[in-house]
Amino acid sequence: MSQTHSTVNPFAEMQAGRPTGPLVQGYEVIIGFETHTQLTTQSKIFSRASTAFGAEPNTQASAVDFALPGALPVMNKGAVQRAIEFGLAVNAHVAERSVFARKNYFYPDLPKGYQISQFEIPVVQGGSVEFFLDGEKRSVRLVRAHLEEDAGKSLHEDFIGMSGIDLNRAGTPLLEIVTEPDMRSSAEAVAYAKELHKIVTWIGICDGNMQEGSFRCDANVSVRKPGEPLGTRREIKNLNSFKFMQQAIDYEVRWQIGQIEDGHAIQQATVLFDPDTGETRSMRTKEDAADYRYFPDPDLPPLVIGRDWVEKTRSEMSELPRVMAARFVKDYGLPEYDAGQLTQSKATAAFFEAVAEASQQAKLASNWVMGELSRRLNSEEKPIEDSAVNAAQLASLISRIADGTISNNAARQVFDALWTGEGSNVDAVIEAKGLKQMSDTGELEKIIDDVLAANAKNVEEVKAGNAKAMNALVGQAMKATKGKANPAQVNELLKKKLA
Amino acid sequence: MSGGLNNTALHELGVAQLAAKLAAREVSSVEATQHFLARIQNENLGAFLATNADVSLAQARAADARLAAGERTPLLGVPLAHKDVFVTRDFPTTAGSKILENYRSPFDATVVGRLGPQGAGMVTLGKLNCDEFAMGSGNDNSAYKPVKNPWDTSRIPGGSSGGSAAAVAARLVPAATGTDTGGSIRQPASLTGITGIKPTYGRCSRYGMVAFASSLDQAGPMARSALDCALLLSSMAGPDPDRDSTSLDLPAADYAADLLAARPASAGDKPLKGLRIGLPTQFFGAGCAPDVLAAVRGALAEYEKLGATLVDVSLPLTELSIPVYYVIAPAEASSNLSRFDGVRYGHRAARYTDLDDMYKKSRSEGFGDEATRRIMIGTYVLSHGYYDAYYLKAQKIRRLIAQDFQTAFAQCDIIAGPVSPTVAWKIGEKSDDPVASYLADIYTLSSSLAGLPGMSVPAGFGAGGMPVGLQLIGNYFKEAQLLGAAHQFQLATDWHLRQPPSL
Repeated sequence: MSQTHSTVNPFAEMQAGRPTGPLVQGYEVIIGFETHTQLTTQSKIFSRASTAFGAEPNTQASAVDFALPGALPVMNKGAVQRAIEFGLAVNAHVAERSVFARKNYFYPDLPKGYQISQFEIPVVQGGSVEFFLDGEKRSVRLVRAHLEEDAGKSLHEDFIGMSGIDLNRAGTPLLEIVTEPDMRSSAEAVAYAKELHKIVTWIGICDGNMQEGSFRCDANVSVRKPGEPLGTRREIKNLNSFKFMQQAIDYEVRWQIGQIEDGHAIQQATVLFDPDTGETRSMRTKEDAADYRYFPDPDLPPLVIGRDWVEKTRSEMSELPRVMAARFVKDYGLPEYDAGQLTQSKATAAFFEAVAEASQQAKLASNWVMGELSRRLNSEEKPIEDSAVNAAQLASLISRIADGTISNNAARQVFDALWTGEGSNVDAVIEAKGLKQMSDTGELEKIIDDVLAANAKNVEEVKAGNAKAMNALVGQAMKATKGKANPAQVNELLKKKLA
Repeated sequence: MSGGLNNTALHELGVAQLAAKLAAREVSSVEATQHFLARIQNENLGAFLATNADVSLAQARAADARLAAGERTPLLGVPLAHKDVFVTRDFPTTAGSKILENYRSPFDATVVGRLGPQGAGMVTLGKLNCDEFAMGSGNDNSAYKPVKNPWDTSRIPGGSSGGSAAAVAARLVPAATGTDTGGSIRQPASLTGITGIKPTYGRCSRYGMVAFASSLDQAGPMARSALDCALLLSSMAGPDPDRDSTSLDLPAADYAADLLAARPASAGDKPLKGLRIGLPTQFFGAGCAPDVLAAVRGALAEYEKLGATLVDVSLPLTELSIPVYYVIAPAEASSNLSRFDGVRYGHRAARYTDLDDMYKKSRSEGFGDEATRRIMIGTYVLSHGYYDAYYLKAQKIRRLIAQDFQTAFAQCDIIAGPVSPTVAWKIGEKSDDPVASYLADIYTLSSSLAGLPGMSVPAGFGAGGMPVGLQLIGNYFKEAQLLGAAHQFQLATDWHLRQPPSL
């Protein structure tokens, strides 16, 4: 079998034209990703056993998962459905015919002695993931995404001199998403991973729980002098947090450059990142790479996906984040940055839309959702679904800013009262706290006259051209109104009276 | 035969006859079961690997209760036994291998379930010996004991369903299940003078069959007559989409209905008028023993008398079917047998130093020579650097072989020829020469590779008075046509009624 799908890179021309990334000690960093996303089906990919996490060992495995004699795999349509949704979300080709293959190797937590995966013909082909990095738009091309089953777990603790095998995870559906080597820095790699995480959780095919292993990234890292052919890569396995991802890649890049600078060639290898030491270490080199003896699985006919299934899925899919962001720019006049931030999660986007629609103040709504609200949520480590201030409250608060009833400063006090539960009705809080801006021009004029009379020296200085003295007068007037005056209005009146 | 039949002759009855007695309440299922169990207890052919009288009698009582309640279904209360490749809850399942010694499945194979108490109501008498993992054509690769041919106990019964064939031929059971990957139903049926059919690939669910070569394995009935096979197949066949993705999405037919309507042809009748029987020149060459050819030609002459016409056809890649099969089947087997690793069930070595040592010792101790040989061949042909030259090329030729059959079927309705190039050989004769036994599969492999249905029908006797079978191969889904053609032949001949002289 021609051993890989990517011996001929159809993107070679584009690849050559891709911008050089930031150099590290004169080297360009090249990163590609393989991400195993666990799909959100209730049952396993080839059996009816449950996929729920955390059950007693070996209680969620059927005859198929235990690989009992005579048991056969039957495709879970829900897993295929999710693969189609992913393909559509990343503008990929959903193959009309893809093929399951057996990847043969012996390991105690691999009950059949082979993993059912897709090899030569994957279900999702091509596509791309787009995101912003430092305000700049990036696109990472996908090679493929294929369906496969997860293995079980070997438990090496708790069994003196022996290992335990838990097959609850065996047969859990995975979609493995493979990129071209398009990323040029650890920061870009993390941004890609975050964007991918956002897409799969947004469309609901993966719960995104990295601690439980629902979203596992492997990074293929190599370095080269600009313009040279791709260097030899090493694969960092199982990066299960964005923080470790960046640390691991940064360490690996420094290590590889160090090796090359010392005159050592890089050997293709699989490495693990140790968060305790912050280092990567080699698990195995290419020399001990297994021959997996891939061949089409005779137990499973080719996976055939009709165009009608794809089109039905397309029509039923919710708005994708990038489409929604474009709409926010177009319909609400938001900057691209705001639109991108607000579409980080479905819940955030929904919250924003509710506030914007109710207040008719899109930019203010964006500022508040991305500003005060997300600050409070972050500091209390709450998801937006659990926000103490709901969208209707934030909308009426914003309306009061827009119509000049309260100042921004006063609004923050109202928000605080709503958040802590001191009050729940925006207008009632404004009233109770006396935060209403002074809108009676006559009353304000009287106060300003008093201020001018009491600060004759400052008045003299302003007339002599001292701008600082003007600020002092505004400050006095604000103080006299207990902050309820609109500073812009105070400024205007002062100017008029001193003209 | 009006009522005067005593129990000692119950084993003389075929499935249809015994079912009629049961339906008429002339004999109970318990009586029939006890009768067969007693015969099995005294058998010295090595046909059985497991029996359990308590289970069998409980099933028989349940069948009798259904009969007493008025249920009349074609197989209700009739005993049978299963090849030990089908997993069973109530009996151990070994697939003829030490690596599965004492293995007990928590579920029944689909075929077992459909025939058993929850389905057609047949009574399971036990599990039948076979070549280890159905790999062999002499039943001398069983890890437990060889099976002897009841026509001459110094000879093999054929394989891999040798226990099934011997048990039916020796009247230890009215019928048995078998599995056929490259001829494992047809060849032992031929060598023991019984009738067997391998349906179209996918016709019977593979769920619960210990897998040998997944793209070839197929279950089928083995009995004395085409009619009995038809009765069993009607219950065994049918879609099983929730458990076997390769099962055909075609409902099973009532294969026996047409057969029961048929009547013996009176002189001058031509019941098979219009049937074109294709004779592949490659099946009638020098490789086939003269005694076998003589019997086959005699059977074909009978078919002409029944109105069929014989036409010459060509299957030019017949010889290549041997290397193609012995690449594809071991390739799949090497992967299918990986699950027998000593981790979760089956044999595990008593002592080992580490994981690799455990694997090596458990598997070396658990697998016999032929299974080991095929695992090694299969591993080799799938290895990086050899895959294209062996596995991929074999798959391409497999497609060409299937196309050749379609070309032939443009000129005929059924293809006929010998099943095996010789009658049953002496036990041990080919044990040291695996290639010799591979070559003996030449007439059955090509239709297996093409996924076509095939039958063996008793056609006479050859050297040493040993039975010879006629092979009939049909186009896809044409089981009814095959069974009909075989039934007409059996109405006109009595080869299928002959019994081994020792009985």
